[in-house]
Amino acid sequence: MIENKEIKKESLFLKAIPYFDKYGILLLLLLMIIGLHLLQPEVFLSWRNVTNVFKQISWQSMLALGVFIVIVTAGIDLSVGSIMMLSLMVLAITSKAGAPWYVVVLIPLVIGMFCGMFNGLGITILRMPHPFIMTLGTLYIFRGTGNLISGGVPISGFTEEVRLLGNGRIDLTWLGLKESQYLPVSVVLIAIVFFLMWAFLNHTRTGKWIYAIGGNPNAARAAGINVNKILVIVYSLCGLLAGFGALILAGRADSGYPNAGLNAELDAIAACIIGGASFFGGRGTVLGVFAGVMIMGILRNGLNLNDVSAFWQQVLIGSIIVIAVYVDVLRKDLGTRK
Amino acid sequence: MFSSNKIILEAKNISKYFGTITALENVNLSVREGECLGVVGDNGAGKSTLMKVLSGLYKPSKGELFFNGNKEVLDSPRDSQNLGLEMVYQDLALAGNLPIGENIFLGREPTKNLGFLKILDYKKIKEMSEAHLDKLKIHVKSADQKVEELSGGQRQAIAIARATAFNSKLVIMDEPTAALAIKEVGKVLDLINGLKKIGVSVIIISHRMDDIFAVCDRVTALFQGTNFAESELSKTSRDEVIGWIMGKK
Repeated sequence: MIENKEIKKESLFLKAIPYFDKYGILLLLLLMIIGLHLLQPEVFLSWRNVTNVFKQISWQSMLALGVFIVIVTAGIDLSVGSIMMLSLMVLAITSKAGAPWYVVVLIPLVIGMFCGMFNGLGITILRMPHPFIMTLGTLYIFRGTGNLISGGVPISGFTEEVRLLGNGRIDLTWLGLKESQYLPVSVVLIAIVFFLMWAFLNHTRTGKWIYAIGGNPNAARAAGINVNKILVIVYSLCGLLAGFGALILAGRADSGYPNAGLNAELDAIAACIIGGASFFGGRGTVLGVFAGVMIMGILRNGLNLNDVSAFWQQVLIGSIIVIAVYVDVLRKDLGTRK
Repeated sequence: MFSSNKIILEAKNISKYFGTITALENVNLSVREGECLGVVGDNGAGKSTLMKVLSGLYKPSKGELFFNGNKEVLDSPRDSQNLGLEMVYQDLALAGNLPIGENIFLGREPTKNLGFLKILDYKKIKEMSEAHLDKLKIHVKSADQKVEELSGGQRQAIAIARATAFNSKLVIMDEPTAALAIKEVGKVLDLINGLKKIGVSVIIISHRMDDIFAVCDRVTALFQGTNFAESELSKTSRDEVIGWIMGKK
């Protein structure tokens, strides 16, 4: 009898795993928000601070989303920070040269996409043994190119139109709110881009194939899927998102500067891992990436508000990565047969 | 038994050379509707090469293929799929992270087209896959279950379901029971017998005499890339077939 009870208990626990899998990370995010609110009840959840967090994560979230779809295919893109920097530098130069605003806005997207496509073609056509190697190479190539064309110095001052995405404000006074309670354009942008990516990955055939390639590339090939073509699309999309990040950063910083996006690829990868994406591919959700980005953003913000040293931030973010992946290991032991 | 005299696949004088290596030399093979043909042979006898020629993965150096009496030239596995021939690979070729239904329709998902976007029709995937699994008497909790949660035998059943989901006429299986627990072997063999009943022809490559003698109607042996011996199953014995594999008549 006692044995029966135990089995029942365990099966209930096992049944809870998929839900924990899907929403556990949101629970962690919620706990962090509550905790930081209790520590700083006046400031943390204030309009100003919340919009600040969103503005800070705006361009990082684009890089993380790009890296995420690459990780879903069991790949990796180390070059996103450099793609963003190169796109930003070209944007700055084009702007300085007096090109019309729509050209300045489009150019980082085009550059980003071509950089990503370059990665994708290298991995597929040159048959590089692992995306790590190709994108490690382009991490240096793209940043070097960015420095070469800009002379390694910052180029500042963009027009209002160019800065709209990163710095624009949506006035909410018509809702009876104060003038300081505006909505940053970047918040709306994050929402739109994440929604589109969710719809793409979960409801289109190409999106399903991206997950299939991550799950078992041989199965995808046997099913007649053109794996190389999909991979080139995935890396191009990742580059496009990095270019988008450059456009947002241009608005926020009002400057193209040589150190833009330095080490940002690591933050992007960290956000994906914290959000539950598996390095072995085929696993992870857009909602998870959003949670991962938010956790890192809120952690930094919260620790700053509480005057904790930046060094502790590094230790904490690192610990969260290790714990998050350990939870994934436990889940695998329980949830699947081998 | 559904087995008729209509020949659905015939390979005539197939030869395949890889540089100076002769993998197949003048091999003939035919399968009738609803028939199960066992292909046996030692490692390197040319079984896998022959199956890859039949499925369009390799182009034969010489020889001709006939489907339903029509001569066909296959440029890729897609071509043979379009003619109703499917392979079940030894490594199963399933994506463990996807549900059963999505695996069955992988690469050929029913979609609703929204301009250039192909939107997945999840409802149709679930309905069609569950109907198909019912037809083959494959029992799973739900078509939404992920393949990685299944046992080896269940995965083999899903791989076979996948191969037969599009009205295929002939399924080629490479060692379908090699990776299975003993109690699951019977279920897969039952499934193969079930396919024959609905008129699907099967070619099985296997080392296991138990499998061959449980489901096949005819057995053919390859030896060093050539036809060595062939017989109706009822007119031969295990010992004789094992002898053929080793090159003795």
